[in-house]
Amino acid sequence: MAVKIELGRRYRFAASHRLHTEKLSEEENARVFGKCANPYGHGHNYVLEISVSGDVDPATGMIANLADLDSFVEREVIEVFDRHSLNEDVAAFRDVVPTTENLCIEIYERLKSFPKAKLERVRVQETTNNSFEYDGSQKGKRS
Amino acid sequence: MEGAADFGEGGGVARTMLITRKIEFSASHLYHNPALSPEENRRVFGKCNNPHGHGHNYTLEVTVAGEPDPVTGMVLDLKELKEILEREVMQRMDHRFLNYEVAELKGKIPTCENIARVIWDLLDPQIKQGRLHRVRLYESADLFADCYRNGAAC
Repeated sequence: MAVKIELGRRYRFAASHRLHTEKLSEEENARVFGKCANPYGHGHNYVLEISVSGDVDPATGMIANLADLDSFVEREVIEVFDRHSLNEDVAAFRDVVPTTENLCIEIYERLKSFPKAKLERVRVQETTNNSFEYDGSQKGKRS
Repeated sequence: MEGAADFGEGGGVARTMLITRKIEFSASHLYHNPALSPEENRRVFGKCNNPHGHGHNYTLEVTVAGEPDPVTGMVLDLKELKEILEREVMQRMDHRFLNYEVAELKGKIPTCENIARVIWDLLDPQIKQGRLHRVRLYESADLFADCYRNGAAC
C-alpha cells in the first residue's frame, strides 16, 4: 500500500500592508476594507507553513535537506517580505491588493520552483485567528 | 421531522468524518549514515550528527476517517485508539533512544519523515474501526512530517 509523505516547515516574518485599490473610490475602499484601508498601513506577524513531497532518500532519511529548504525560503520569501511594506517594497503588490489570499498566491509562485522536492501547499497565518491556504489549484483544475 | 439532520439511523446518509487524537512523547536520536565519511555526515546532517545524540518532545497527531455508527454516534472508540497509541507508540518510543532502541528504525536515519512512516505502518493494521487517514509527527513546532494513503485527498 502506497503512502505519501510530506515534510512541513514553519517560518515567520513581520510585514506591513494596506488594503486599498485605486480601482475603487475612497468611500468604497473604506467600506470594503474598513480599518485595513487606513492610509499609513499596519502590520502582522505572519506565520508561513509549507509542505513539500517527494521520495525519502534512503541515505539521508529526508525528502529534502532542511538546510536547502530553509535557505531557499529565506532567499525567496523571508528576505523579500520580512520587515518590509508589502505594498511599497514588493513588486507583485504594486497593482494588486496585498490581502493574505494574494500573499499566499505570491508565496506559492515564488516557492514552486524549489528544485529538491514538490511544493504541495502554502498556508499563511495572518493572525492566530485567520489563515489562508493555496495549493496551486485553479478553478476546474488542480496543479 | 422536517429540517432535522439525517444521522444515518435506519440506513440513511453515511457521513464521512475525520477524528484526530494527539499524544506527546520524548525521545533522543542522532543522524549518522555509516556509508558516508565523517566529513560527509557532518556536511549533510550538521549538528544532528553530534555523536551522543540529542532529544525532542515529539507531538503525534493521528487522524482516522470514518462514518459515525448510527447507534453509538462514534466513528471509533477513542479509548481503543488511546490503547493502540500507548502500545504501539508510547511503549516503543517514549523516553527511548530511537537509533538504538526501536527495531523498526534499525538501519534508517530517524528523521521526522522516517519516524512518521514507521508509525503509519505500525498503526494502519491496528485500526479496525474507520480508516487511518493521516499521521502527522511534529519534531518541533516548526518541523513536521505528514503521511497519507496515496491518492487520498489531503
